[in-house]
Amino acid sequence: MHGSPVISLIEKEARYEDSVALSDINLTVNKGEKLAIVGPSGAGKSTLLRLIHEAYPVAAAFVPQDDGLVETLSVFHNVYMGRLEKRPAWYNLLNLMRPFSARVTEVEAILQQLEMTEKCFEPVGRLSGGQRQRTAVARSLYQGGDLLLADEPVSAVDEHQAERILRLLPVYFPTIIVALHDTQLALDTCERIVGLNDGRIVLDLPSSELSVAGLAHLYID
Amino acid sequence: MTSSADTIGKYSHSARWTVSWWFVAIALVCLWFADTEISTLNPLLELGRMFKGLLNPSFNSLDELGFALLQTIAFAMLGVAFGAVIGFGLALVFHRRIVRVVCALLRSVHEIFWALIFLQIFGLHPITGLLALGVPYAATFAKIYSEILDEGDPRALNALSPGVDSVSAFFYARLPDLWQHFKTYTSYRLECGLRASAVLGFVGLPTLGYSLSTAFMEGLYSQLWAILIVFYALIITMRFWLRSALIPIYLIVAPFVISNDSVISFDNIHRFFTQDIIPSPVQRGESFGELFSWFSTLLSEQALPGIIGTVLLGQVALVATGAIALLAFPLTSKQFFGPVGRGVGNVILVVLRSTPEYMLAFILLLVWGPSMLPAIVALALHNGAIIAHLMGQYSNQLQRGQDSHSGLNRYGYAVLPRIYGQFLAFLFYRWEVIFRETAILGVLGIATLGFYVDSAIQDIRFDRAVFLILITAILNVLVDSISSRIRSSLRLSSVVKMR
Repeated sequence: MHGSPVISLIEKEARYEDSVALSDINLTVNKGEKLAIVGPSGAGKSTLLRLIHEAYPVAAAFVPQDDGLVETLSVFHNVYMGRLEKRPAWYNLLNLMRPFSARVTEVEAILQQLEMTEKCFEPVGRLSGGQRQRTAVARSLYQGGDLLLADEPVSAVDEHQAERILRLLPVYFPTIIVALHDTQLALDTCERIVGLNDGRIVLDLPSSELSVAGLAHLYID
Repeated sequence: MTSSADTIGKYSHSARWTVSWWFVAIALVCLWFADTEISTLNPLLELGRMFKGLLNPSFNSLDELGFALLQTIAFAMLGVAFGAVIGFGLALVFHRRIVRVVCALLRSVHEIFWALIFLQIFGLHPITGLLALGVPYAATFAKIYSEILDEGDPRALNALSPGVDSVSAFFYARLPDLWQHFKTYTSYRLECGLRASAVLGFVGLPTLGYSLSTAFMEGLYSQLWAILIVFYALIITMRFWLRSALIPIYLIVAPFVISNDSVISFDNIHRFFTQDIIPSPVQRGESFGELFSWFSTLLSEQALPGIIGTVLLGQVALVATGAIALLAFPLTSKQFFGPVGRGVGNVILVVLRSTPEYMLAFILLLVWGPSMLPAIVALALHNGAIIAHLMGQYSNQLQRGQDSHSGLNRYGYAVLPRIYGQFLAFLFYRWEVIFRETAILGVLGIATLGFYVDSAIQDIRFDRAVFLILITAILNVLVDSISSRIRSSLRLSSVVKMR
C-alpha cells in the first residue's frame, strides 16, 4: 500500500546542552503514510519533529508550534512566504510592495479551503490564535512538496475545524507527520500513531489497533 | 557586591543598590576636587536683564530667524538621513570587529569637534555641516540598528525554507516586524539632530546657534528669547510636521537650502592631511627627542589635566543627572498626575531637554562666574530631563494593579522598585553621552579636554587638536565599555532605545 521509505532514523538521539531530549529513536516512515506523534507535553514531540526535519534531505514544509508568522505583514504575504525561494528577489520585493494578482488568486484559493479568504489582507498581528494557526497551515500548503511536518497545527481551532483541516492536508501532501496532543483527533485522522514518553518511542501502531483509552497510559507516569 | 539583583525581599542589598551608592560616593569625591566656587559679585543682575528679555521677545529680524531655522532643519534632515543610510549598511556588517571599533571611535567624537575638523578641511562649504552630523550619527545608527536586528524575533526567519535568498528573507521575515523600531529610533535621533544642528551654529555654521551666540555676545536678550521660543516650538510640533509622506519632499528641498557659493579647496584638503595634523617636530624634521618632548609636554600639560577635568565633571554630572531624573519623572507619569499636570510637566521637560546644554551652561556662567558648577547643572538639567521623560513613558506602561497608595508611598513602594533597573540602564547609556558633552562645555572655557582641543584649534595647532581629540575618543570608548560591563553584570537592558 505504501511506497519507499521517506524517513529512516536508526538509533538516533537528541541532546540539549547537558540533558538528553530523545534517545533510542528508531523510526521509518514510508511514502504515503499519515503519522501522528502523541505524548504528554515535554515528552519530546517537537524535538522528534525537528530531528526528522534535519534528517530529511530536501526542504520539507514545516508548521512550527510558534507559527513563525510576521506580525506586521498581511495574511497574503505570510502565505506567499511559503514559496519565496521559487522566485527572484526583485520579484519578491515588487510583490511585497504591490501583490501580483496572479499570486493573490493562488493564495486565495488556499485560504478558501481554510475559510480565511476574507482575512487575506489583514495584518497577522490582528488575528485570533486560531486564525494565525490557519495562516501558518496555509503557508505550508502553498509551499507544497512531498512531506509535511506540523507541530500542533490545530491546537487553537475548534474541534470541528481541526478535523476538517487535518483531513485537508493529505490533498496537498503525500506524506504527513503531525504532532498532536488530542489523541482522539490523532486516531480519527491519522493511520499510524507513534507514542512518546520521556524521550523514548514507547508505542508505534496503526490507529485501527488503538483506542483513546488505550493511549491514556501514555499520559500517566 | 552582595546577592543577585533579582532576589525579591532583599532589594535594599541588591547589586543595583550597591553600585548606585558607589557612584554617589565617587561623585562626592569628585565634587570635593572640582572647582564649584560662585565668583560673581552680583549674580542676579545679569540674570534679571536676561529674563526681562523673555517678557518682550523680539521677532523683528524674522527674515534672519527664518533663514537660520530652515538651515537648522535642512542640516539636521540631511545629516540624519546620511547617517541612517550609511549606518544601516554598517549595521549589516557590524559583527566584524573592525567595524565595531571604528564606529566606537567615530561615535565618541562630539559633533562640534567634527565640525571644527571639517571646517579646516572644507571651509564653510555645506559638506562640513553634513559630515559633522552624518559621520558620528552613522556610527551611532550602525550600533543601534544592529542591536535592533539582533533583538528581533528570529522565528519567522527560521520558518522559511533554507533555499530563500537573503534579500527576500530580510525584506519578508525581518524588516516588517522591525520597521517600527527603526522608525521610532530614527525619529528620536532626528530630534537630537535638530539640537546638534542648532549647536553647530556656535562654531560658525549658519544655523540657529549662530544667531543665538550673536545675540548672546551682543546682549540682545529679546532676540535671544525669540530664537529659543522658535526652537522649542520646532521640537514640540515635531509630531505634526514630521510625517513619513513629507520626508522625501524635505530631503529634496534641503540641499537647495544649505547650498552656498563656497567651493572646496583641494589644496586645503591636501594641506590638512600632509601638514596640519602632522606633529610639528615631524613637520620641521626635528629629532626623535624633540618629538618625544612635544608628546610628553602635550600629555602632561594638556591631556592629563583635561582628562582629570573631564572625569570630575562627568562623574558629578552623571549622578546629578540621575537625581534630577528621579525627582522629575513623576511629572510626566500617569501614576502620579492627571492630564493637566502631565501637560505642564511635559512642557517643562521639553524646554529643559531641547535647550542645548551649551546655552544652559552659558546662562549659568553669566550668573555664577567661571567654575564647574554651571557645567554640572547644565548637563544634569538637560540629561536629567531626557531620562525623566523616558522613565515617565516607561512607568505609564506599568499596571497600576490593586495598590491604593498615593504620593510618596506609591513612588517608593509601587513605582520606583519596578522601574529602577530601567532607570539605571538609561543612566548608564547616558554616561558616555555626558562625557562627550563635556567637550562642548570646554569650548565655553571649562577645563575639560574640550577646552584644550578648542584652544589648540584657536591657536591653529591642528596637530595638537587631533591628538587631544584622539585622547577624548579613547576616554569615551573606555567609559562606554565600563558602562556596558556594568549593565551586563547588573543584567540591565533598556526597553526604549536611546543614546
